[in-house]
Amino acid sequence: MDTAAALALGDDALVLSHRLGEWAGHAPVLEEEVALANIALDLLGQARVLLSLVGDEDELAYLREERAFRNLQLVEQPGGDFAHTIARQLYFSGYQYLLYERLAADGGPLSGLAAKAVKEVAYHRDHAEQWTTRLGDGTQESHRRMQRACDALWRYTGEMFRPVEGLGLDAEDWVLLDAAWTARVTEVLTGATLTVPEGPRADAWSAGGGREGLHTEPFGRMLAEMQHLHRSHPGASW
Amino acid sequence: MTSVTTEAYEAAFDAAVAADERIEPRDWMPEAYRATLIRQMAQHAHSEIIGMQPEANWITRAPSLRRKAILMAKVQDEAGHGLYLYSAAETLGVSRDELLDKLHTGRQKYSSIFNYPTLTWADVGAIGWLVDGAAITNQVPLCRCSYGPYARAMVRVCKEESFHQRQGYELLLALSKGTPAQHAMAQDAVDRWWWPSLMMFGPPDDASAHSAQSMAWKIKRHSNDELRQRFVDICVPQAESLGLSLPDPDLRWNEERGHHDFGAIDWSELTEVIKGNGPCNEQRLGQRRRAHEEGAWVREAAAAHAAKRRTAQHTEPREATA
Repeated sequence: MDTAAALALGDDALVLSHRLGEWAGHAPVLEEEVALANIALDLLGQARVLLSLVGDEDELAYLREERAFRNLQLVEQPGGDFAHTIARQLYFSGYQYLLYERLAADGGPLSGLAAKAVKEVAYHRDHAEQWTTRLGDGTQESHRRMQRACDALWRYTGEMFRPVEGLGLDAEDWVLLDAAWTARVTEVLTGATLTVPEGPRADAWSAGGGREGLHTEPFGRMLAEMQHLHRSHPGASW
Repeated sequence: MTSVTTEAYEAAFDAAVAADERIEPRDWMPEAYRATLIRQMAQHAHSEIIGMQPEANWITRAPSLRRKAILMAKVQDEAGHGLYLYSAAETLGVSRDELLDKLHTGRQKYSSIFNYPTLTWADVGAIGWLVDGAAITNQVPLCRCSYGPYARAMVRVCKEESFHQRQGYELLLALSKGTPAQHAMAQDAVDRWWWPSLMMFGPPDDASAHSAQSMAWKIKRHSNDELRQRFVDICVPQAESLGLSLPDPDLRWNEERGHHDFGAIDWSELTEVIKGNGPCNEQRLGQRRRAHEEGAWVREAAAAHAAKRRTAQHTEPREATA
Protein backbone atom coordinates (compact mmCIF):
# COMPACT_ATOMS: atom_id res chain seq x y z
CA MET A 1 0.00 0.00 0.00
CA ASP A 2 1.28 3.44 -0.85
CA THR A 3 1.86 5.26 2.42
CA ALA A 4 1.34 8.77 1.07
CA ALA A 5 -2.04 7.90 -0.40
CA ALA A 6 -3.34 6.10 2.70
CA LEU A 7 -2.19 8.93 4.94
CA ALA A 8 -3.71 11.60 2.73
CA LEU A 9 -7.15 10.01 2.64
CA GLY A 10 -6.93 8.62 6.18
CA ASP A 11 -5.94 11.95 7.69
CA ASP A 12 -8.74 13.75 5.84
CA ALA A 13 -11.26 11.37 7.39
CA LEU A 14 -9.64 11.43 10.84
CA VAL A 15 -9.46 15.20 11.08
CA LEU A 16 -12.93 15.93 9.72
CA SER A 17 -14.39 13.29 12.02
CA HIS A 18 -12.76 15.07 14.95
CA ARG A 19 -14.12 18.45 13.87
CA LEU A 20 -17.64 17.02 13.52
CA GLY A 21 -17.31 15.38 16.94
CA GLU A 22 -16.92 18.87 18.41
CA TRP A 23 -20.62 19.44 17.66
CA ALA A 24 -21.81 16.82 20.17
CA GLY A 25 -24.14 18.58 22.59
CA HIS A 26 -24.12 21.83 20.59
CA ALA A 27 -26.18 21.07 17.45
CA PRO A 28 -29.10 23.34 16.50
CA VAL A 29 -31.66 20.52 16.59
CA LEU A 30 -31.72 17.00 17.98
CA GLU A 31 -31.90 15.36 14.55
CA GLU A 32 -28.59 17.04 13.69
CA GLU A 33 -26.95 15.67 16.83
CA VAL A 34 -27.70 12.25 15.38
CA ALA A 35 -26.77 13.11 11.79
CA LEU A 36 -23.45 14.86 12.51
CA ALA A 37 -22.38 12.08 14.88
CA ASN A 38 -23.30 9.54 12.25
CA ILE A 39 -21.14 11.22 9.63
CA ALA A 40 -18.29 11.58 12.13
CA LEU A 41 -18.51 7.87 12.91
CA ASP A 42 -18.45 6.88 9.24
CA LEU A 43 -15.37 9.03 8.71
CA LEU A 44 -13.64 7.67 11.78
CA GLY A 45 -14.29 4.15 10.52
CA GLN A 46 -12.72 5.04 7.16
CA ALA A 47 -9.75 6.64 8.90
CA ARG A 48 -9.10 3.57 11.02
CA VAL A 49 -9.06 1.27 7.99
CA LEU A 50 -6.79 3.57 6.00
CA LEU A 51 -4.31 4.26 8.80
CA SER A 52 -4.15 0.59 9.71
CA LEU A 53 -3.05 -0.19 6.16
CA VAL A 54 0.23 1.61 6.78
CA GLY A 55 0.87 1.35 10.54
CA ASP A 56 -0.65 1.36 14.01
CA GLU A 57 -3.74 3.57 13.93
CA ASP A 58 -3.18 5.04 17.39
CA GLU A 59 0.52 5.74 16.88
CA LEU A 60 -0.34 7.51 13.65
CA ALA A 61 -3.21 9.50 15.13
CA TYR A 62 -1.73 10.37 18.49
CA LEU A 63 2.04 10.45 18.12
CA ARG A 64 2.68 12.31 14.89
CA GLU A 65 3.55 15.98 14.99
CA GLU A 66 1.51 18.52 13.11
CA ARG A 67 3.92 18.65 10.16
CA ALA A 68 3.56 14.90 9.56
CA PHE A 69 -0.20 15.05 8.94
CA ARG A 70 -1.23 14.90 5.27
CA ASN A 71 -4.85 16.07 5.43
CA LEU A 72 -6.33 18.88 3.38
CA GLN A 73 -6.45 22.25 5.07
CA LEU A 74 -10.19 22.34 4.36
CA VAL A 75 -11.02 19.59 6.85
CA GLU A 76 -9.02 21.11 9.71
CA GLN A 77 -10.87 24.44 9.57
CA PRO A 78 -12.75 25.10 12.82
CA GLY A 79 -16.49 24.43 12.80
CA GLY A 80 -17.63 28.04 12.97
CA ASP A 81 -21.40 28.36 12.83
CA PHE A 82 -23.62 25.63 11.40
CA ALA A 83 -23.34 27.22 7.93
CA HIS A 84 -19.55 26.84 7.98
CA THR A 85 -19.90 23.20 8.95
CA ILE A 86 -22.37 22.62 6.14
CA ALA A 87 -20.20 24.43 3.59
CA ARG A 88 -17.19 22.34 4.66
CA GLN A 89 -19.33 19.20 4.31
CA LEU A 90 -20.65 20.28 0.92
CA TYR A 91 -17.17 20.85 -0.48
CA PHE A 92 -15.52 17.83 1.09
CA SER A 93 -18.25 15.20 0.66
CA GLY A 94 -18.64 16.20 -2.99
CA TYR A 95 -14.91 15.65 -3.52
CA GLN A 96 -14.78 12.45 -1.48
CA TYR A 97 -17.76 11.00 -3.31
CA LEU A 98 -16.24 11.55 -6.75
CA LEU A 99 -12.81 10.29 -5.68
CA TYR A 100 -14.12 7.13 -4.00
CA GLU A 101 -16.47 6.43 -6.87
CA ARG A 102 -13.46 6.58 -9.20
CA LEU A 103 -11.27 4.45 -6.90
CA ALA A 104 -14.04 1.88 -6.41
CA ALA A 105 -14.26 1.38 -10.16
CA ASP A 106 -10.57 0.95 -10.94
CA GLY A 107 -9.81 -2.28 -9.03
CA GLY A 108 -6.73 -0.77 -7.33
CA PRO A 109 -5.59 -1.40 -3.74
CA LEU A 110 -8.21 0.96 -2.27
CA SER A 111 -11.13 -0.15 -4.39
CA GLY A 112 -12.68 -2.34 -1.68
CA LEU A 113 -12.59 0.39 0.91
CA ALA A 114 -13.76 2.98 -1.61
CA ALA A 115 -16.72 0.85 -2.70
CA LYS A 116 -17.94 0.61 0.89
CA ALA A 117 -17.18 4.21 1.76
CA VAL A 118 -18.84 5.70 -1.30
CA LYS A 119 -22.20 4.44 -0.03
CA GLU A 120 -21.70 6.27 3.26
CA VAL A 121 -20.43 9.38 1.53
CA ALA A 122 -23.47 9.46 -0.74
CA TYR A 123 -25.50 10.08 2.41
CA HIS A 124 -23.05 12.72 3.68
CA ARG A 125 -23.28 14.56 0.37
CA ASP A 126 -27.06 14.37 0.34
CA HIS A 127 -27.17 15.73 3.89
CA ALA A 128 -24.88 18.66 2.99
CA GLU A 129 -26.71 19.46 -0.23
CA GLN A 130 -30.10 19.46 1.44
CA TRP A 131 -28.90 21.79 4.18
CA THR A 132 -27.19 24.05 1.66
CA THR A 133 -30.52 24.37 -0.11
CA ARG A 134 -32.46 25.01 3.10
CA LEU A 135 -30.02 27.59 4.40
CA GLY A 136 -29.42 29.28 1.05
CA ASP A 137 -33.12 29.48 0.27
CA GLY A 138 -34.44 29.85 3.81
CA THR A 139 -34.43 33.22 5.57
CA GLN A 140 -32.38 36.34 4.80
CA GLU A 141 -30.15 35.59 7.75
CA SER A 142 -29.53 31.98 6.77
CA HIS A 143 -28.81 33.04 3.19
CA ARG A 144 -26.28 35.61 4.38
CA ARG A 145 -24.58 33.14 6.71
CA MET A 146 -24.45 30.37 4.10
CA GLN A 147 -23.03 32.67 1.46
CA ARG A 148 -20.39 33.92 3.87
CA ALA A 149 -19.40 30.35 4.78
CA CYS A 150 -19.19 29.23 1.14
CA ASP A 151 -17.03 32.24 0.34
CA ALA A 152 -14.74 31.77 3.33
CA LEU A 153 -13.96 28.12 2.57
CA TRP A 154 -13.71 28.47 -1.20
CA ARG A 155 -9.96 29.11 -1.11
CA TYR A 156 -9.46 25.64 0.40
CA THR A 157 -11.18 23.78 -2.43
CA GLY A 158 -8.43 23.90 -5.07
CA GLU A 159 -6.15 21.76 -2.94
CA MET A 160 -8.53 18.81 -3.17
CA PHE A 161 -7.60 18.32 -6.81
CA ARG A 162 -3.83 18.44 -6.50
CA PRO A 163 -2.65 14.94 -7.47
CA VAL A 164 -2.04 12.46 -4.63
CA GLU A 165 0.73 9.97 -5.37
CA GLY A 166 -0.09 6.29 -5.24
CA LEU A 167 -3.78 6.40 -6.09
CA GLY A 168 -3.20 5.37 -9.70
CA LEU A 169 -4.76 8.56 -11.06
CA ASP A 170 -3.02 10.67 -13.68
CA ALA A 171 -3.08 14.43 -14.11
CA GLU A 172 -6.03 14.29 -16.45
CA ASP A 173 -8.09 12.28 -13.95
CA TRP A 174 -7.69 15.04 -11.40
CA VAL A 175 -8.76 17.65 -13.93
CA LEU A 176 -11.87 15.61 -14.66
CA LEU A 177 -12.65 15.19 -10.95
CA ASP A 178 -12.30 18.93 -10.46
CA ALA A 179 -14.61 19.65 -13.38
CA ALA A 180 -17.25 17.20 -12.12
CA TRP A 181 -17.01 18.66 -8.61
CA THR A 182 -17.31 22.24 -9.85
CA ALA A 183 -20.33 21.40 -11.97
CA ARG A 184 -22.14 19.73 -9.09
CA VAL A 185 -21.34 22.42 -6.53
CA THR A 186 -22.37 25.12 -9.00
CA GLU A 187 -25.70 23.39 -9.52
CA VAL A 188 -26.36 23.04 -5.80
CA LEU A 189 -25.34 26.60 -4.92
CA THR A 190 -27.32 28.09 -7.78
CA GLY A 191 -30.36 26.03 -6.86
CA ALA A 192 -30.01 27.34 -3.31
CA THR A 193 -30.06 30.95 -4.64
CA LEU A 194 -26.41 31.31 -3.61
CA THR A 195 -23.62 32.79 -5.70
CA VAL A 196 -20.70 30.57 -6.67
CA PRO A 197 -17.69 32.19 -4.98
CA GLU A 198 -15.27 33.95 -7.29
CA GLY A 199 -12.07 34.01 -5.25
CA PRO A 200 -8.96 32.04 -6.18
CA ARG A 201 -8.92 28.29 -5.64
CA ALA A 202 -5.35 27.47 -6.60
CA ASP A 203 -2.58 29.98 -6.60
CA ALA A 204 -0.43 32.06 -4.30
CA TRP A 205 -3.29 33.29 -2.10
CA SER A 206 -5.17 30.06 -1.72
CA ALA A 207 -4.56 27.08 0.52
CA GLY A 208 -2.67 24.10 -0.72
CA GLY A 209 0.02 22.78 1.58
CA GLY A 210 -1.89 20.20 3.61
CA ARG A 211 -0.66 17.24 1.61
CA GLU A 212 2.93 18.39 2.28
CA GLY A 213 2.31 18.81 5.99
CA LEU A 214 1.77 22.57 5.97
CA HIS A 215 -1.30 23.35 8.01
CA THR A 216 -3.22 26.31 9.36
CA GLU A 217 -2.89 27.66 12.90
CA PRO A 218 -6.08 26.14 14.34
CA PHE A 219 -4.83 22.65 13.48
CA GLY A 220 -2.05 22.71 16.08
CA ARG A 221 -4.54 23.43 18.85
CA MET A 222 -6.86 20.73 17.57
CA LEU A 223 -4.03 18.18 17.75
CA ALA A 224 -2.98 19.40 21.19
CA GLU A 225 -6.45 18.59 22.49
CA MET A 226 -6.77 15.32 20.60
CA GLN A 227 -3.34 13.95 21.57
CA HIS A 228 -2.95 15.26 25.11
CA LEU A 229 -4.31 12.32 27.11
CA HIS A 230 -2.71 9.64 24.96
CA ARG A 231 0.69 11.35 25.15
CA SER A 232 0.40 11.89 28.92
CA HIS A 233 0.56 8.13 29.52
CA PRO A 234 3.36 6.83 27.27
CA GLY A 235 3.00 3.16 26.47
CA ALA A 236 -0.34 2.73 28.27
CA SER A 237 -3.16 0.77 26.67
CA TRP A 238 -6.72 1.99 26.80
CA MET B 1 -69.46 14.32 29.25
CA THR B 2 -71.89 13.29 31.98
CA SER B 3 -70.56 11.95 35.24
CA VAL B 4 -72.04 8.57 34.47
CA THR B 5 -69.93 8.23 31.32
CA THR B 6 -66.84 9.51 33.12
CA GLU B 7 -67.35 6.84 35.71
CA ALA B 8 -67.67 4.21 33.00
CA TYR B 9 -64.46 5.40 31.35
CA GLU B 10 -62.68 5.41 34.68
CA ALA B 11 -63.86 1.89 35.39
CA ALA B 12 -62.65 0.71 31.99
CA PHE B 13 -59.26 2.39 32.54
CA ASP B 14 -58.88 0.88 36.01
CA ALA B 15 -59.82 -2.55 34.68
CA ALA B 16 -57.32 -2.30 31.84
CA VAL B 17 -54.52 -1.31 34.25
CA ALA B 18 -55.51 -4.08 36.66
CA ALA B 19 -55.44 -6.64 33.84
CA ASP B 20 -51.94 -5.45 32.79
CA GLU B 21 -53.24 -4.22 29.46
CA ARG B 22 -51.50 -1.32 27.77
CA ILE B 23 -53.05 2.12 27.69
CA GLU B 24 -52.69 3.60 24.20
CA PRO B 25 -52.74 7.27 23.09
CA ARG B 26 -56.36 7.20 21.92
CA ASP B 27 -57.67 5.52 25.07
CA TRP B 28 -59.35 7.58 27.72
CA MET B 29 -57.09 8.22 30.69
CA PRO B 30 -57.39 10.29 33.87
CA GLU B 31 -55.85 13.74 33.56
CA ALA B 32 -53.56 13.07 36.51
CA TYR B 33 -52.24 9.91 34.80
CA ARG B 34 -51.53 11.91 31.64
CA ALA B 35 -49.81 14.67 33.63
CA THR B 36 -47.68 12.18 35.57
CA LEU B 37 -46.55 10.49 32.38
CA ILE B 38 -45.74 13.79 30.67
CA ARG B 39 -43.68 14.86 33.69
CA GLN B 40 -41.82 11.56 33.87
CA MET B 41 -41.24 11.09 30.12
CA ALA B 42 -40.14 14.70 29.68
CA GLN B 43 -37.72 14.41 32.56
CA HIS B 44 -36.39 11.22 31.03
CA ALA B 45 -35.98 12.81 27.58
CA HIS B 46 -34.30 15.88 29.08
CA SER B 47 -31.91 13.61 30.99
CA GLU B 48 -30.87 11.95 27.75
CA ILE B 49 -29.98 15.20 26.02
CA ILE B 50 -28.37 16.90 29.03
CA GLY B 51 -26.60 13.61 29.69
CA MET B 52 -24.79 13.96 26.37
CA GLN B 53 -22.74 16.84 27.76
CA PRO B 54 -20.57 15.19 30.44
CA GLU B 55 -19.54 12.46 28.01
CA ALA B 56 -19.19 14.68 24.96
CA ASN B 57 -16.69 16.53 27.15
CA TRP B 58 -14.26 13.66 26.40
CA ILE B 59 -14.95 12.91 22.71
CA THR B 60 -12.19 15.21 21.48
CA ARG B 61 -9.71 13.79 24.01
CA ALA B 62 -10.52 10.07 23.82
CA PRO B 63 -7.15 8.28 24.14
CA SER B 64 -7.53 5.75 21.30
CA LEU B 65 -9.49 5.70 18.07
CA ARG B 66 -11.43 2.64 19.18
CA ARG B 67 -12.53 4.41 22.38
CA LYS B 68 -13.36 7.52 20.43
CA ALA B 69 -15.64 5.58 18.08
CA ILE B 70 -17.40 3.87 21.00
CA LEU B 71 -17.91 7.15 22.85
CA MET B 72 -19.23 8.97 19.79
CA ALA B 73 -21.66 6.12 19.15
CA LYS B 74 -22.82 6.25 22.76
CA VAL B 75 -23.43 9.99 22.77
CA GLN B 76 -25.27 9.60 19.47
CA ASP B 77 -27.46 6.89 21.03
CA GLU B 78 -28.39 9.34 23.78
CA ALA B 79 -29.55 11.89 21.23
CA GLY B 80 -31.56 9.07 19.65
CA HIS B 81 -33.13 8.15 22.99
CA GLY B 82 -34.06 11.81 23.44
CA LEU B 83 -35.78 11.68 20.06
CA TYR B 84 -37.82 8.53 20.84
CA LEU B 85 -38.82 9.84 24.24
CA TYR B 86 -39.92 13.27 23.01
CA SER B 87 -41.90 11.50 20.29
CA ALA B 88 -43.47 9.17 22.84
CA ALA B 89 -44.38 12.20 24.99
CA GLU B 90 -45.96 13.87 21.95
CA THR B 91 -48.55 11.07 21.88
CA LEU B 92 -49.89 12.65 25.07
CA GLY B 93 -50.58 15.96 23.38
CA VAL B 94 -47.49 18.03 24.15
CA SER B 95 -44.92 19.18 21.60
CA ARG B 96 -41.15 18.80 21.77
CA ASP B 97 -40.85 22.61 21.60
CA GLU B 98 -43.06 23.06 24.67
CA LEU B 99 -41.07 20.48 26.59
CA LEU B 100 -37.73 22.00 25.62
CA ASP B 101 -39.02 25.39 26.66
CA LYS B 102 -39.90 23.98 30.07
CA LEU B 103 -36.44 22.50 30.38
CA HIS B 104 -34.77 25.76 29.37
CA THR B 105 -36.83 27.80 31.82
CA GLY B 106 -36.28 25.35 34.68
CA ARG B 107 -39.93 24.27 34.93
CA GLN B 108 -39.02 20.66 34.18
CA LYS B 109 -36.05 18.76 35.56
CA TYR B 110 -33.48 16.30 34.31
CA SER B 111 -31.64 13.68 36.32
CA SER B 112 -29.41 15.33 38.93
CA ILE B 113 -26.58 12.92 38.21
CA PHE B 114 -25.62 15.00 35.17
CA ASN B 115 -24.86 17.97 37.40
CA TYR B 116 -21.60 16.28 38.39
CA PRO B 117 -18.46 16.95 36.32
CA THR B 118 -16.43 14.46 34.25
CA LEU B 119 -12.95 15.32 35.45
CA THR B 120 -10.90 12.50 33.94
CA TRP B 121 -11.18 9.93 31.18
CA ALA B 122 -12.09 7.30 33.80
CA ASP B 123 -15.31 9.23 34.47
CA VAL B 124 -16.54 8.08 31.07
CA GLY B 125 -16.15 4.51 32.33
CA ALA B 126 -17.74 5.24 35.70
CA ILE B 127 -20.73 6.85 34.00
CA GLY B 128 -21.17 3.79 31.80
CA TRP B 129 -20.79 1.26 34.59
CA LEU B 130 -22.58 3.03 37.45
CA VAL B 131 -24.84 5.70 35.97
CA ASP B 132 -26.03 3.65 33.02
CA GLY B 133 -26.16 0.61 35.29
CA ALA B 134 -28.47 2.47 37.69
CA ALA B 135 -30.50 3.77 34.75
CA ILE B 136 -31.00 0.21 33.45
CA THR B 137 -32.08 -1.01 36.89
CA ASN B 138 -34.66 1.79 36.89
CA GLN B 139 -35.69 1.39 33.28
CA VAL B 140 -36.01 -2.34 32.69
CA PRO B 141 -39.27 -2.39 34.71
CA LEU B 142 -40.50 0.54 32.57
CA CYS B 143 -40.59 -1.82 29.57
CA ARG B 144 -43.74 -3.16 31.30
CA CYS B 145 -45.12 0.30 32.09
CA SER B 146 -48.88 0.62 31.58
CA TYR B 147 -48.52 3.33 28.90
CA GLY B 148 -47.82 1.61 25.56
CA PRO B 149 -45.65 4.18 23.72
CA TYR B 150 -43.41 4.67 26.77
CA ALA B 151 -43.04 0.93 27.35
CA ARG B 152 -42.13 0.32 23.71
CA ALA B 153 -39.62 3.19 23.62
CA MET B 154 -38.02 1.74 26.73
CA VAL B 155 -37.49 -1.68 25.14
CA ARG B 156 -35.19 -0.12 22.57
CA VAL B 157 -33.57 2.29 25.03
CA CYS B 158 -32.75 -0.56 27.44
CA LYS B 159 -31.04 -2.65 24.76
CA GLU B 160 -28.73 0.24 23.95
CA GLU B 161 -28.20 1.13 27.62
CA SER B 162 -27.01 -2.37 28.33
CA PHE B 163 -24.33 -1.92 25.64
CA HIS B 164 -23.40 1.39 27.27
CA GLN B 165 -23.09 -0.23 30.66
CA ARG B 166 -20.83 -2.97 29.29
CA GLN B 167 -18.55 -0.50 27.51
CA GLY B 168 -18.18 1.46 30.75
CA TYR B 169 -17.27 -1.67 32.67
CA GLU B 170 -14.80 -2.74 29.99
CA LEU B 171 -13.23 0.75 29.91
CA LEU B 172 -12.73 0.69 33.70
CA LEU B 173 -11.34 -2.84 33.55
CA ALA B 174 -8.69 -1.74 31.02
CA LEU B 175 -7.74 1.15 33.33
CA SER B 176 -7.80 -0.94 36.48
CA LYS B 177 -5.46 -3.50 34.93
CA GLY B 178 -3.34 -0.80 33.28
CA THR B 179 -0.55 1.35 34.70
CA PRO B 180 -0.66 2.50 38.36
CA ALA B 181 -1.72 5.97 37.16
CA GLN B 182 -4.58 4.48 35.14
CA HIS B 183 -5.69 2.33 38.07
CA ALA B 184 -5.70 5.35 40.37
CA MET B 185 -7.73 7.28 37.81
CA ALA B 186 -10.33 4.50 37.74
CA GLN B 187 -10.55 4.28 41.52
CA ASP B 188 -10.91 8.04 41.88
CA ALA B 189 -13.77 8.06 39.36
CA VAL B 190 -15.62 5.26 41.15
CA ASP B 191 -15.13 7.04 44.48
CA ARG B 192 -16.76 10.17 43.08
CA TRP B 193 -19.63 8.54 41.17
CA TRP B 194 -20.76 5.83 43.63
CA TRP B 195 -22.91 7.88 46.00
CA PRO B 196 -24.50 10.10 43.35
CA SER B 197 -25.40 6.89 41.46
CA LEU B 198 -27.24 5.52 44.52
CA MET B 199 -29.19 8.77 44.68
CA MET B 200 -30.42 8.22 41.13
CA PHE B 201 -33.12 5.91 42.50
CA GLY B 202 -34.73 8.89 44.19
CA PRO B 203 -35.57 9.58 47.81
CA PRO B 204 -36.33 6.75 50.24
CA ASP B 205 -39.80 5.23 49.85
CA ASP B 206 -41.26 7.02 52.88
CA ALA B 207 -40.22 10.40 51.44
CA SER B 208 -41.07 9.86 47.75
CA ALA B 209 -43.80 12.25 46.62
CA HIS B 210 -45.06 10.43 43.52
CA SER B 211 -44.33 6.79 44.22
CA ALA B 212 -47.58 5.40 45.59
CA GLN B 213 -49.85 6.71 42.83
CA SER B 214 -47.37 5.71 40.11
CA MET B 215 -47.21 2.18 41.51
CA ALA B 216 -51.01 1.97 41.52
CA TRP B 217 -51.09 3.05 37.88
CA LYS B 218 -48.35 0.57 37.00
CA ILE B 219 -46.18 3.32 35.61
CA LYS B 220 -43.75 2.29 38.29
CA ARG B 221 -43.33 -1.37 39.26
CA HIS B 222 -40.85 -1.37 42.13
CA SER B 223 -40.12 1.08 44.92
CA ASN B 224 -37.04 3.34 44.95
CA ASP B 225 -35.48 1.45 47.85
CA GLU B 226 -36.09 -1.95 46.24
CA LEU B 227 -34.35 -0.86 43.04
CA ARG B 228 -31.48 0.76 44.93
CA GLN B 229 -30.90 -2.48 46.85
CA ARG B 230 -30.97 -4.49 43.62
CA PHE B 231 -28.36 -2.14 42.13
CA VAL B 232 -26.02 -2.39 45.13
CA ASP B 233 -26.28 -6.18 45.05
CA ILE B 234 -25.36 -6.21 41.35
CA CYS B 235 -22.44 -3.78 41.74
CA VAL B 236 -20.58 -5.36 44.65
CA PRO B 237 -19.35 -8.48 42.80
CA GLN B 238 -18.69 -6.41 39.67
CA ALA B 239 -16.46 -4.03 41.65
CA GLU B 240 -14.53 -7.06 42.91
CA SER B 241 -13.95 -8.34 39.37
CA LEU B 242 -12.85 -4.86 38.37
CA GLY B 243 -10.31 -4.81 41.18
CA LEU B 244 -11.79 -1.55 42.47
CA SER B 245 -13.30 -0.75 45.85
CA LEU B 246 -16.60 0.99 46.58
CA PRO B 247 -16.27 3.97 48.92
CA ASP B 248 -18.53 2.72 51.71
CA PRO B 249 -17.02 1.26 54.94
CA ASP B 250 -20.47 -0.05 55.95
CA LEU B 251 -20.95 -2.13 52.83
CA ARG B 252 -21.22 -5.82 53.76
CA TRP B 253 -23.23 -8.94 52.97
CA ASN B 254 -26.17 -9.55 55.29
CA GLU B 255 -26.83 -13.28 55.36
CA GLU B 256 -30.18 -12.90 57.07
CA ARG B 257 -31.60 -10.42 54.55
CA GLY B 258 -29.86 -12.02 51.58
CA HIS B 259 -28.73 -8.54 50.52
CA HIS B 260 -25.83 -6.17 51.04
CA ASP B 261 -26.19 -3.61 53.81
CA PHE B 262 -24.83 -0.21 52.88
CA GLY B 263 -24.10 3.10 54.58
CA ALA B 264 -26.45 6.03 55.05
CA ILE B 265 -26.94 8.24 52.01
CA ASP B 266 -26.43 11.97 52.48
CA TRP B 267 -29.81 13.14 51.19
CA SER B 268 -29.00 16.77 51.88
CA GLU B 269 -26.57 16.59 48.94
CA LEU B 270 -29.31 15.44 46.56
CA THR B 271 -31.62 18.17 47.85
CA GLU B 272 -28.95 20.80 47.18
CA VAL B 273 -28.23 19.49 43.67
CA ILE B 274 -31.95 19.42 42.83
CA LYS B 275 -32.27 22.99 44.09
CA GLY B 276 -29.66 24.02 41.54
CA ASN B 277 -26.59 24.06 43.74
CA GLY B 278 -24.76 21.09 42.24
CA PRO B 279 -21.32 21.55 40.69
CA CYS B 280 -22.57 21.82 37.07
CA ASN B 281 -26.25 22.85 37.12
CA GLU B 282 -25.64 26.26 35.58
CA GLN B 283 -23.07 24.99 33.13
CA ARG B 284 -25.32 22.19 31.79
CA LEU B 285 -28.46 24.27 31.45
CA GLY B 286 -26.41 27.17 30.10
CA GLN B 287 -24.91 25.08 27.32
CA ARG B 288 -28.31 23.63 26.45
CA ARG B 289 -29.91 27.08 26.22
CA ARG B 290 -26.99 28.43 24.22
CA ALA B 291 -27.12 25.56 21.71
CA HIS B 292 -30.87 26.16 21.35
CA GLU B 293 -30.55 29.93 20.95
CA GLU B 294 -27.59 29.74 18.60
CA GLY B 295 -29.47 27.18 16.51
CA ALA B 296 -32.64 29.28 16.24
CA TRP B 297 -31.67 30.72 12.85
CA VAL B 298 -31.11 27.20 11.48
CA ARG B 299 -34.54 25.98 12.62
CA GLU B 300 -36.15 29.16 11.27
CA ALA B 301 -34.41 28.66 7.93
CA ALA B 302 -35.60 25.05 7.69
CA ALA B 303 -39.18 26.12 8.47
CA ALA B 304 -39.04 29.03 5.98
CA HIS B 305 -37.66 26.77 3.27
CA ALA B 306 -40.33 24.13 3.87
CA ALA B 307 -43.02 26.82 3.67
CA LYS B 308 -41.60 28.08 0.34
CA ARG B 309 -41.65 24.53 -1.02
CA ARG B 310 -45.28 24.09 -0.01
CA THR B 311 -46.28 27.36 -1.65
CA ALA B 312 -44.39 26.47 -4.83
CA GLN B 313 -46.16 23.12 -5.04
CA HIS B 314 -49.56 24.73 -4.66
CA THR B 315 -48.97 27.40 -7.29
CA GLU B 316 -47.41 25.21 -9.98
CA PRO B 317 -49.79 24.90 -12.93
CA ARG B 318 -51.41 21.52 -13.21
CA GLU B 319 -50.64 19.48 -16.27
CA ALA B 320 -53.53 19.30 -18.66
CA THR B 321 -55.26 15.96 -18.55
CA ALA B 322 -57.32 14.44 -21.30
